[in-house]
Amino acid sequence: MARRTIVTDYLARVEGEGAMTVQLDGDRVEHVELRIFEPPRFFEAFLRGRSFLEAPDITARICGICPVAYQTSAINAMESLCGVDVPEPIRMLRRLLYCGEWIESHALHVYMLHAPDFLGYESAIELARDASQAVERGLALKRTGNDVMTLVGGREIHPINVRVGGFYRVPTRRELLTLVEPLERAREAALETVRWTAGFDFPERAVDCDLVALAQPGEYAIERGRIRSSAGLDLAPAEYDEHFEELHVERSNALQSQLRGGGTYLCGPLARYSLGSAELSPLAREAAAEVGLGDDCRDPFRSIVVRSVELVHACDESLRLIEAYEEPERPAEPVEPVAGTGYGVSEAPRGLLYHRYRLDGDGTILDAKIVPPTSQNQLAIEDDLRDVVARNSRLEDDELRRLCEQTIRNYDPCISCATHFLDLQVERR
Amino acid sequence: MTRTVVIGIGNRLRGDDAAGVAVAELLRPRVPDGVEVVSCDEEPSRLMEAWEGAESVLLVDTVSSGEPPGTLHRFDAGEEAVPARTFRSSTHAIGIADTIELARALGRLPRRVRVYGIEAGGFETGSSLTPAVGSAVALLVQDVLADLEEERCTSAH
Repeated sequence: MARRTIVTDYLARVEGEGAMTVQLDGDRVEHVELRIFEPPRFFEAFLRGRSFLEAPDITARICGICPVAYQTSAINAMESLCGVDVPEPIRMLRRLLYCGEWIESHALHVYMLHAPDFLGYESAIELARDASQAVERGLALKRTGNDVMTLVGGREIHPINVRVGGFYRVPTRRELLTLVEPLERAREAALETVRWTAGFDFPERAVDCDLVALAQPGEYAIERGRIRSSAGLDLAPAEYDEHFEELHVERSNALQSQLRGGGTYLCGPLARYSLGSAELSPLAREAAAEVGLGDDCRDPFRSIVVRSVELVHACDESLRLIEAYEEPERPAEPVEPVAGTGYGVSEAPRGLLYHRYRLDGDGTILDAKIVPPTSQNQLAIEDDLRDVVARNSRLEDDELRRLCEQTIRNYDPCISCATHFLDLQVERR
Repeated sequence: MTRTVVIGIGNRLRGDDAAGVAVAELLRPRVPDGVEVVSCDEEPSRLMEAWEGAESVLLVDTVSSGEPPGTLHRFDAGEEAVPARTFRSSTHAIGIADTIELARALGRLPRRVRVYGIEAGGFETGSSLTPAVGSAVALLVQDVLADLEEERCTSAH
């Protein structure tokens, strides 16, 4: 078979702009790459010189899908450095806000971006013509996530109510109770989503790289936790840089992460589920068991089922948090800046989001580092792509291209999040 | 009465992307009775909700088709799809052209759908409207008011 190149110039159904190239010589895979070419973004640079209190609102702008993740990791970094431990009701509100983001983001990916791949449609629009009920269910789920974010965060995209130390205003119990009915409906819709996605056809696949996710005793880690891996790492956020590193690759505006000294790892739903499924709510575990999802799942195609199980968990957890909510004495704890370096992590819908800030004594940010999940997953995505191509090299170009694109979408890459500045000289201009 | 909704779409912080929102703000105090003016992002369920139950919807958004900045485009999307490539891709994976088609597939599109596009000059973060787009915004406000007036006269009979 002759040499051939399969290219997708603009990847559809991913967040942001990226491209894919696969080169084959006969059955041999010569080259595989996922290129990320959104204009480089200079967030780490323009955080310098700003107040530590501004980091949550500035970094929220990195992504329209997962702003709460950015706010939370930034806040965790600042509060841990400044020695502030927020009271339980504040933490629970943060977790509720974060659940809203998971619901919104997962519903978007499962229904609008990912499901069409399994059902043979080019887009959610085509899917909607034949399966309007399913698509309406997805839109309603997404909407409920937005409603949670609006109520707790003050706005559904880039919430404005979040601050270092807590919130500007906390909702009353009565206000939160208005979310109960929509969330109960959403939970039903999420259960249907699990059954629906589990009925799709899956090629049998498993990735064998390390899995990395947060762990927090007694809960499915979302807004806090230690960094754990399937290979046995168990790290405080401050130890992240000792074990993971970022490399700049010519073709991409994103930095790629790897384990120090080499080694690919994966974060996101498969990692969270495989390392922490025992901590899911009983209903979410039942839903997973009902469709035959085991205690772990390393199949990127089945990530759609895992996301659906996480949807059940996020709805269930939101209801539990609302039930247990008691208004805190004050909306925020006072935070005095401390000179030093703060580290913050949380589980964005797509996986581990790491922030590091160095502050001077008056709270001015001297240096910032942000590592989004998509940069951490890029090497794993390319490895998976290479293997998928090798196993399916006999497919016609169009079929192979479709399979490759689906392989990328299995990871729900957020290309807007992953783009960084190119180098130090540029950002100092 | 015929319910008409005018929706201005855009991000105020991204230069010319704010054009749709600017049109909505200028129109708000000037539209005839029974016309609702909304500023919106592209969240699909929010857009569908904004035009829910309306007979007629007018959408104003920034486009990027390669024409000179400030060029006005007009599409009647009641019958036909608007060209997805003309409308800037969204940060939310589902842009306005897609949302219109999604709503059509779901039977949630108003009978009349008009889409006005203003060709953008730049989407620089934090900058204001470029001069050509600023002028186009003023012109488009007049156009939309004329359209609304015509619609009011037609529906009165």
